[in-house]
Amino acid sequence: MSDPQISIPTAPRVLASALKYVPLAPLSLILSSYACRVAKNHPSMMRRLGEHNKTDFVLDPTDLPISIEMNPNRGYPRITVVRGNGQGTARIAGPLAALMGLVHGAFDGDALFFSRDLVIEGDTAATLALRNAIDDAELDLGEEMAGATGPFARQISKLLTFVERKSGVPLTRPQEVDTW
Amino acid sequence: MVMEIVCPAGTPAALRAAVKAGAHTVYCGFNNETNARNFPGLNFDREEMIEGVAFAKAHGSKVLVAINTFPRAGAEHIWHEAVADAQAAGAHAVILADVGLLAYAAKNHPNLRLHLSVQAAAANADVINMYARDFGVKRVVLPRVLSVPEIAAINAETEVETEVFVFGGLCVMAEGRCSLSSYATGLSPNMNGVCSPASHVEYEDDGETLDARLGGYTIHRVGKDEGAPYPTLCKGCFKAGEATGHLFEDPVSLNAEQLIPQLEKAGVTALKIEGRQRSRSYVAQVVRNFRRAVDALDAGQPMPEGFLASLSEGQATTTGAYKKTWR
Repeated sequence: MSDPQISIPTAPRVLASALKYVPLAPLSLILSSYACRVAKNHPSMMRRLGEHNKTDFVLDPTDLPISIEMNPNRGYPRITVVRGNGQGTARIAGPLAALMGLVHGAFDGDALFFSRDLVIEGDTAATLALRNAIDDAELDLGEEMAGATGPFARQISKLLTFVERKSGVPLTRPQEVDTW
Repeated sequence: MVMEIVCPAGTPAALRAAVKAGAHTVYCGFNNETNARNFPGLNFDREEMIEGVAFAKAHGSKVLVAINTFPRAGAEHIWHEAVADAQAAGAHAVILADVGLLAYAAKNHPNLRLHLSVQAAAANADVINMYARDFGVKRVVLPRVLSVPEIAAINAETEVETEVFVFGGLCVMAEGRCSLSSYATGLSPNMNGVCSPASHVEYEDDGETLDARLGGYTIHRVGKDEGAPYPTLCKGCFKAGEATGHLFEDPVSLNAEQLIPQLEKAGVTALKIEGRQRSRSYVAQVVRNFRRAVDALDAGQPMPEGFLASLSEGQATTTGAYKKTWR
């Protein structure tokens, strides 16, 4: 778990620059496939979304030139990466590290919201359901990604740890230690 | 004896985080209108409750189930089932507010330990003793309108254990009697388990100002460099004549960590942390700090310095009614 004094790093410039030129259609396909795998591994997350499992969410990393349109699609998420603001009924915007820290339980969503590191707009109930569903799922996107690469899992895991350490962007779930 | 830390859990993951961080006791609720934190994506289904109680017990912690809304006429069975299911799950106690539900639980579940919710607004020894005598209530969660001397006065006149809030969102109203949310949304914490339901909350950021709206009414507007406003009417900012200000209460939340020694002297048994709607990260950090504080107190060591302000709603804190310093 993170220190209470929240310090949010900015996404690496090289990533922001690359995303200006990366073809978005294949990236969207890869991310959709990855999201389906995550959803399959965490069925309770979809259950917690309840009536909001068909909402059009926009995840907007404000330090990157893209937005991510995401519809949970009742357990078979569809992701479309777009340049600019994106379209949807519920929007969550903030630095990439804040969004990833939220997913991994490194940061508290309300604290990020009250400090305005995160901005939400549109369907607040859907946003809250998504936040709560993700928080309960105890996701580790880095581990999921490494797991998806089969024989390369170990190398990918090492690479992600390296990138996480260099960039400060939480790409994995922080290790929890039993205090008592 | 170490003061008991009673921690919130809105999800099974938060329950596990609280237990691992040192919670003596965790409170949570079912995912329906029977508990006062009935928000989207939160709370426990029956199976999750059974697993949560088992996990807590395995780590030496207890689980309290909050069934602390007021049953709707004709739908009392929903609340009755919740009481039965909490007992079946192995909960240490249920936290109830409604007199009828207390009577039902006392009659039909005589071995189930009963705690009185803050929603019952029991604020003096006479009423607390009545709940103990008539329903066998073992503990009362005191409303957040009492000073430390008033809490001491209550403890001097009752055998019922007292539990007080020490951290988190603050209501200065007598709990269970606030209907502000109903005026703007038609839904209230008392009946529906939601104060300012998320379905009626909207934030709009135009780059210069951030507006918080509830039920279509703008209740606060802040500038670019200010913290995000609360979505509740009680902490809204309103204009009356030429004056603009927080009409009901300032947007601050409770932090009574430095008052723990005084609360212990006042005879308080348990310290309650608010925040079932908060993340497992919040739960773990707050619990760890409060556990450290009560352990230090028990060992006769100085209280640790507080550093929980950044986790507070509104990022500003008060000691609330415990230390009354009216403007």
